[in-house]
Amino acid sequence: MIARLTEGVPRRGLVLLAALLVLLAVFPLYASGYLLAVGFLILYFAYVGQAWNVMMGFAGQLSLGHSLYVGLGAYAAAALYVHFGLSPWIGLGASIGLSALAGAAIGFLAFRFGVSGVYFAILTIAFAEFARIGFDHFAWVRGSSGLFLPVANYTTNDLWNLRGSPTMFYYLMLAMTAGAFVLCHALLRSRMGYYWLAIRESPEAAEALGVNVFRYKMVAVVISAAMTSLAGVVFAFYYNNLFPEQIFHISRSIELILAPIIGGVGTLMGPIVGAFLLTGLAEGLRELMLQLGIDVPGVKQVFYGLCLLLVVMFLPDGVWPPLARKLGLRR
Amino acid sequence: MSRLELSGVSKSFRGLKAVSGATFEVAQGGIHALIGPNGAGKTTIFNVVAGVYAPDAGEIRFDGRAIHGLRPDQVCAAGIGRTFQIVKPFAGLSVLDNVVVGALRREKHVSAAKSYAAEIVERLGLGAKRDMLASSLTLPDRKRLEVARALATRPKLLLLDEVMAGLRPTECDQIVAVFRELNRTEGLTILLIEHVMRAVMALAQHIVVLHHGEVIARGAPADVVRDPAVLESYLGEETEV
Repeated sequence: MIARLTEGVPRRGLVLLAALLVLLAVFPLYASGYLLAVGFLILYFAYVGQAWNVMMGFAGQLSLGHSLYVGLGAYAAAALYVHFGLSPWIGLGASIGLSALAGAAIGFLAFRFGVSGVYFAILTIAFAEFARIGFDHFAWVRGSSGLFLPVANYTTNDLWNLRGSPTMFYYLMLAMTAGAFVLCHALLRSRMGYYWLAIRESPEAAEALGVNVFRYKMVAVVISAAMTSLAGVVFAFYYNNLFPEQIFHISRSIELILAPIIGGVGTLMGPIVGAFLLTGLAEGLRELMLQLGIDVPGVKQVFYGLCLLLVVMFLPDGVWPPLARKLGLRR
Repeated sequence: MSRLELSGVSKSFRGLKAVSGATFEVAQGGIHALIGPNGAGKTTIFNVVAGVYAPDAGEIRFDGRAIHGLRPDQVCAAGIGRTFQIVKPFAGLSVLDNVVVGALRREKHVSAAKSYAAEIVERLGLGAKRDMLASSLTLPDRKRLEVARALATRPKLLLLDEVMAGLRPTECDQIVAVFRELNRTEGLTILLIEHVMRAVMALAQHIVVLHHGEVIARGAPADVVRDPAVLESYLGEETEV
């Protein structure tokens, strides 16, 4: 199994990956509470970026409404916990089911009726907006006043109920990010992976070679939605509060696609590298402003935007592909 | 027995008749050419056979089974491979991976598809370029890649849409030799659209001539090129001066 997964991967790549994993694993031992929170955020964006990448990077379907799946996942598990005391791992079933269903509905409407490209992207925004407005008036989950999970100062880590220290959440997110990486790696090498890339590059040619384009696009959306909803569950139990106005907001959808875009759309390392750069940059800028004593609102955002602009201008394929060539992992 | 049978096939686009009542057949194991002036409806016939469009009227049978109205992937699964006149490579994938996508049609495992694809790539003379991105290929190589991908699906009938256009005469002869060999050794049936008469005369045992969406002549190459109706469609009507 492991031999098959690593077949054809450059040795140097495996060593670097192992080193990265070890670094991330020992990180909490030396990190302050603040750095641990930053680390969690980086892994969170790496994970959801990977999930989004399945749809856009592999199958070529642009979703600008992934906050829908984060939100549905978060709300389903949180509501079941608040109302019935169900473990989030049981609630996860509902989260994944709901998100997969929503993804399938959007996919069916779009792909069955030939909505593609930017029009498909608009459809994904529309559904996220439906959810945002709908949940504002959904009394069972407290509507716009927000759903809160009971909080206490946890001295023990209860992984079953996801009640515990930030360290526990960090390791959980690390395991998810590593799992998503391995899953996506395996998917890309499967029949489905080849079919997705073919669809991304030319749906007409893929069809002519016997690929059921509708089916494989649907599978991509459902897998991406299901993966994203898992991040939503963890998000809910980490922050302990949910507001439709925040979690379903379009800015959240945009935020989560930045890492894979900056890192490199369609690459496995792209979302991870992008998450490190972006979150690192944002937090670094914040720190820098603090040190320099600059307290002008918006300066940080302007800098952040400028950095994004530079990356997009000079590295249009993202940071990872040229970096991989430098590291000797690619020709 | 005929491998492909079109009877009374028509297809219009917004009232413009691209193909009207086309009737012809392609014999099993035969090499047939579909020729005609620009806009005669040749590519539309390919697209109707390949499932891109459903015909407005008429029937298409493949080995006796009705295939009109099937989706392109179903037509491919039935055993028809096609190339595109305007090439559609998977630009971001390597030459080999392009062909692997086709090979997966018949192979259960990715590893088996890879080795079969490598064979086909070699056969079409793309072996040295197998790891190059398809986007970096020259047009003649892209045409070869179209053929390689379609062949990898192991079709019983191969539809070739102007794969010889833009090739040098020697390159043209090379690819003609590949088709001849496939036809002889594996019994591959071929229907080709071609303007390069050098290739048509070298390959085709039977020619179908299309003009304004209608079949105006059918027969052996030597007879068809002497047919007055064919000459007229290509050169225009004779007029008294």
